[in-house]
Amino acid sequence: MKLIEFLSMDGYYLYVWLSFGLAIVVMLALLNNPIKRKTQLLKQLGRKKKRGKRS
Amino acid sequence: MFKAITKLASLRNFYFFAGKLIPWFGWPTLILLLVGLYWGLVVAPPDYQQKDSYRIIFIHVPAAWMSLFIYMVMAFSAAASLIWKTKASEVFANSCAPIGAAFTFLALATGSLWGKPMWGTWWEWDARLTSELVLLFLYLGYIALQSAIEDRRTAARATAILAIVGVVNIPIIHFSVEWWFTLHQGPTVTKMGKASMDSSMLIPLLIMAVAFKTYFFTVALMRSRNEILERESHTKWVQEERERL
Repeated sequence: MKLIEFLSMDGYYLYVWLSFGLAIVVMLALLNNPIKRKTQLLKQLGRKKKRGKRS
Repeated sequence: MFKAITKLASLRNFYFFAGKLIPWFGWPTLILLLVGLYWGLVVAPPDYQQKDSYRIIFIHVPAAWMSLFIYMVMAFSAAASLIWKTKASEVFANSCAPIGAAFTFLALATGSLWGKPMWGTWWEWDARLTSELVLLFLYLGYIALQSAIEDRRTAARATAILAIVGVVNIPIIHFSVEWWFTLHQGPTVTKMGKASMDSSMLIPLLIMAVAFKTYFFTVALMRSRNEILERESHTKWVQEERERL
């Protein structure tokens, strides 16, 4: 019962949980972006090196 | 002192320095966020007027503070690269823009989600809200300008000038609630004087604010490192770094 009371946020659940959810989604996406970019970059750099060796 | 700064300003040194700093910002961010969220959502008592809806403050206010703070950091970085031609500050300013835009968006969106139940409207063209929207456009303009200009040096100069001119908007946002009659409430927490907020709510708010700051530095340094790898891809040290990773 206490959990439901907590989740309902006194009737403001939509506004409160949307705000916190949005913040978490945006902040996770912003953190994920450079991590993904780094693996992508390292792959690119590897390819560049191979090409350099061949020529 | 000046020698130390110029040494750090080289991209290679900044890359390794940033790498050392990231865990010192990253881990505190995780801990502070968990503590701040738990404190703000569970421990802090409901407001006697706004009930539980006020809890949006723990996202909204730190995000709005960040939107201004990041802009100032970005403008100072950009100004430094304009004056001293330091490439590291150029890279750092570029890293700031998307994070600043994200926090400005969060401040606007959570403000909207708070405004609907409390003011009865999602949006109002009042001074605080409009000037914050202009800030979002400044960030987006910075990003667009940077990606539109091919030549790095020209792009850096153009974006730096945009960032510096845009600083004029910062005091407008800050003082808008005092200068004009707006729907937005006045400041609750000020640097001078006591905050008109109980410590049971103020402490989690400040924890969230610090968490957002360390989060910003974590992500900004990660972005900077990527941009340096990209810029210096032709150099020997980047190839060595790639092999090490």
